[in-house]
Amino acid sequence: MFVLSINGNDTQVDVPDDMPLLWVLRDVLGLNGTKFGCGMAQCGACTVHLDGRAVRSCVLPVTGAVGKKITTIEGIGATDIGKRVQQAWLGIEVAQCGYCQTGQIMSATALLAEKAQPTDADIDAAMSGNLCRCGTYARIRAAIKQAATGQISLPQTVA
Amino acid sequence: MMLRVDPARDDLGLQNPSRRELLKQGGLVVAFMWLGGASRVWGFADGARLDANHPQFAPNAFIRVGSDGGVQLVMPCIEMGQGAYTGQATLLAEELDVGLDQITVEHAPPNRKLYANPLLGDQATGGSTTIRFCWTTLRDAGAAARAVLVAAAAQRWKVDPSQCSTSRGVVTHAATGRSLRYGELADAAAMLTPPAKVTLKDPSSFQLIGKPLRRVDTPGKVDGSLPFGIDIRVPGMKVATVRACPTFGGTLASVDDTRARAVPGVLKVVKLANAVAVIAEHFWAARKGLEALYVEWHRGPAGDYTTEQLFKDMADASEHGTPILGREAGHVDGAEGKLISATYRLPLLAHATMEPINATVHVRPDGCDIWVGTQVPARCVDVAMKVTGLPAERIQVHNQYMGGGFGRRLFEDSVEQAVAIARQVDYPVKVIWTREEDIAQDRYRPAYYDRISATIDEQGHLQAWTDRTTGASVMAVFAPQAMGKNGLDSDLVECAAELPYAVPNLRVDWVRHEMPKGFPVGWWRGVGPTHNVFVVESFIDELAHAVGKDPVAYRREILGADPRVKGVLELAVEKSGWDKASPGARQGRGIALAAPFGSYLCVVTDVEVSPQGEVRLRRAVAVVDCGMVVNPNTVEAQIQGGLVFGWSAALYSGITLKQGAVEQRNFNDYRVLRLNQTPPIEVYVVPSKEAPGGIGETGTVMAMPSLANAIFAATGVRLRTLPIDASALAQDKQSLQSPVASASAAGAVSPGILA
Repeated sequence: MFVLSINGNDTQVDVPDDMPLLWVLRDVLGLNGTKFGCGMAQCGACTVHLDGRAVRSCVLPVTGAVGKKITTIEGIGATDIGKRVQQAWLGIEVAQCGYCQTGQIMSATALLAEKAQPTDADIDAAMSGNLCRCGTYARIRAAIKQAATGQISLPQTVA
Repeated sequence: MMLRVDPARDDLGLQNPSRRELLKQGGLVVAFMWLGGASRVWGFADGARLDANHPQFAPNAFIRVGSDGGVQLVMPCIEMGQGAYTGQATLLAEELDVGLDQITVEHAPPNRKLYANPLLGDQATGGSTTIRFCWTTLRDAGAAARAVLVAAAAQRWKVDPSQCSTSRGVVTHAATGRSLRYGELADAAAMLTPPAKVTLKDPSSFQLIGKPLRRVDTPGKVDGSLPFGIDIRVPGMKVATVRACPTFGGTLASVDDTRARAVPGVLKVVKLANAVAVIAEHFWAARKGLEALYVEWHRGPAGDYTTEQLFKDMADASEHGTPILGREAGHVDGAEGKLISATYRLPLLAHATMEPINATVHVRPDGCDIWVGTQVPARCVDVAMKVTGLPAERIQVHNQYMGGGFGRRLFEDSVEQAVAIARQVDYPVKVIWTREEDIAQDRYRPAYYDRISATIDEQGHLQAWTDRTTGASVMAVFAPQAMGKNGLDSDLVECAAELPYAVPNLRVDWVRHEMPKGFPVGWWRGVGPTHNVFVVESFIDELAHAVGKDPVAYRREILGADPRVKGVLELAVEKSGWDKASPGARQGRGIALAAPFGSYLCVVTDVEVSPQGEVRLRRAVAVVDCGMVVNPNTVEAQIQGGLVFGWSAALYSGITLKQGAVEQRNFNDYRVLRLNQTPPIEVYVVPSKEAPGGIGETGTVMAMPSLANAIFAATGVRLRTLPIDASALAQDKQSLQSPVASASAAGAVSPGILA
């Protein structure tokens, strides 16, 4: 039995020691916003925050998350930066299929929490672990800059 | 997939009614919906969900207006990221005169009679056909519904309908200042017969079409609340994962499941003819159980097959096989001039959708429910009938949002497998493939071996052109009835048979060379044009260099008569600065020009190639003329995304076979482009009043040749085999031993496991 702090709530789970946090979130707790993509930290779809740092939950055993503050996409909108990132994603219309975008938003939010005004190189370093098969990378970069600066660089969607 | 935008052919045996008939079939679709076809509603607005007890107005298969005011639009084509729901909703809402913020959208249930796409001959989404299929059909449906609502209001007010106007879901009679909301008119409208003929808006009065409207599906995609197929949870559901025979056509020989059954949470090991699955309380236990199995396979007749064998066989077939004619013009044999020829080889490709393959199935004695994201809902019913023996009316397919399709979800193999697993237990099972299974058991884009030649005069002008492609037919598997009378799968010659250049004598043909029995081939984003435009546009570049001409200047000289081709070429030249600043050392600029899927595109890609041969994309300019644009935001997104998809494949992706099995396993060895490798991409849309062309696959088509041509410009190395071999691009042997100047930023990613 483990106690996990998820989005500010303590939650008890009875799972095997080696179960990755991803499957605890998805299959045990029903928090489906964190996605399965590769199972080996290659794609970033499963990105969550552990004490504010972006980690790949598909290879993080549940024991490694005990005693840490876990934040998932379901809770990120409660933070100022997370909300700004989500709003930029909406304004620029980043998502296509959307499957990877929750992980992208988690990585982007962790980046902005660490560097309020990231350079392109910072964005490259922080986001290159998150794959997008729809190829939304150009808009992801623009949305991070918009969330950071508040300045609009691309046409916004309307209505 | 289908190859041209002709009207539906009668010999396809289409059940799709004409749109006039569609307008008359409201009763049938209403009945179907209440039988359980309505699975789930997602929409932009918190619009009231229609209730079976509420009288409502459903004039056709696509529109329902509840008496409570809810407007629900039913989407004949599915959403897999390409913006189809927003585009379709825009067409309906434009003529219905409602805002996109006033509607909800719903997946269409499986019903070929109502929702088949005549361009594909089935209820299917693909081939960049959605807007082309829906452009008239859905505007007609919206206009007919609007006309009936206006008639109902006019009747109530006893005024002439022509004096009434509509806007944002309200009918107004300006002369008397009266107005009624659509919901208030739903009951009365339901009693009226939709008109047989409607007048559509003039494009100058469009309120929604052509505007960068927000997608109807985005909010749930940025907060994690929108469920994909893999997110389905059904009461009593268990989770399974599966491994099929790694060699195609092989079968399961034996399974020792002693260790697997000892894994906590594992419930059952299920054997199929060619696969074994582990069902457990959750995915982690299922995966551990699967890894603990000891499985032996009968490898099958192709158990020792290799990629080397495949290309050797295709080369033989190209020389000695019997070609099937795609198109012939004039006489290629009599042409005089210099003969230039080349051979191109394109690899097998996997789709690697971000959402791994999955399906949730509950088989009961009296019925079967399937929750899955699919491009072919009606085909999922077909395979469930086959496996369960249940009649169609006992099978419900609840279609879901998809984490990417790219053609993979045009095949229902994984649904058939999931039903076969679920029928062995009495509870619902969610079957999830691992990424390794996804790469190893895809429906692969076929490999191609193409021999192309041109006879040119002293200026380089084309006197004769031959193009022989060799490869497997996807159409023969997907829709055999669509094969041509001479055995032609026209996908093999699409964008090869019709060139944007003036060619007096031409012969384009195909040697059919099938993969070993049991090897699965499938549609892959861009289909035939992705393959052919790479070969044609690379070869045009070769010809330009052979006669010492600039690739743009050469294309201008040999262009055909279509002004839309010239239009995109000239705008791309201007926007890319082609004629201006020349690139630096080991930098190059490549161009590609084509007219795939009813649209016209010209793409210029800039690259830099390191001394070690690593290709860096610097910039891309894409110009598209796709006729009238429904949503410019979607067009830009699809072009950008399509280019990334194509560059990924050209640079990194290729499926190879060893001892009959796929060698690649995951994103580490089936690499795709990452954010740090993606250049700025500028997209310019040529204003047009022509009917819409397709857009979803066009970027992918243009990516590969523009890249390969840029690499030639940078290095002088002509790449005729994909994926690109970086070692062939190294400056010299010494440079391969020197340190890489800028390491990939991918190394900076924070690891998943805590330090």
